[in-house]
Amino acid sequence: MKIGRIIGEVTSTINHPAYDNRKQLIVDLLTSSGESSGDYLIALDLVGAGSGETVLILDEGNSARQILNMENAPIRSVIAGIIDQIN
Amino acid sequence: MKLGKVIGTLVPAVVYEGLEGVPFLWVQPLSPQLDPKGKPVVCADGTRMAGPGELVTFEASREAALTLDPWFVPVDHAVVGIVDTHRIEDIDKKGKKK
Repeated sequence: MKIGRIIGEVTSTINHPAYDNRKQLIVDLLTSSGESSGDYLIALDLVGAGSGETVLILDEGNSARQILNMENAPIRSVIAGIIDQIN
Repeated sequence: MKLGKVIGTLVPAVVYEGLEGVPFLWVQPLSPQLDPKGKPVVCADGTRMAGPGELVTFEASREAALTLDPWFVPVDHAVVGIVDTHRIEDIDKKGKKK
């Protein structure tokens, strides 16, 4: 799993059906010290996260598909938690 | 999933079985701020509707092949959506808006 900070959002009407009615958030990936790592990804939101929040990202296709209960969805990254504190 | 801009199309003469009729696009990967980032890649078009100049989202690796039907095809990047709106907020290190 990875940690990241939500910096934006993308919307689309023409997309793969697996993405219908799901929020696609742009997440800036962070290092363990909370700094931006310079990389980013777009993840599906499953927990109701919003701008500026630090989140836990599951970046593995099979696990994401199991959580969504969609066997053949082309989805790899999902936001699985909102982080309150990192020690 | 990442952001990209379609910069061209590509027509293969011979394709592996399962890829007949699938459009292929040149996609320039972008940063969240829409600046070019990295080298362009060839993507199969899972939406079958994307064209040059459009802002799209694309998926890499095994998930790319899953956008197509049949899905067990040799594809490693695929366009999964055409972006309608894109919003980036200026957020500082503490997660607050600037």
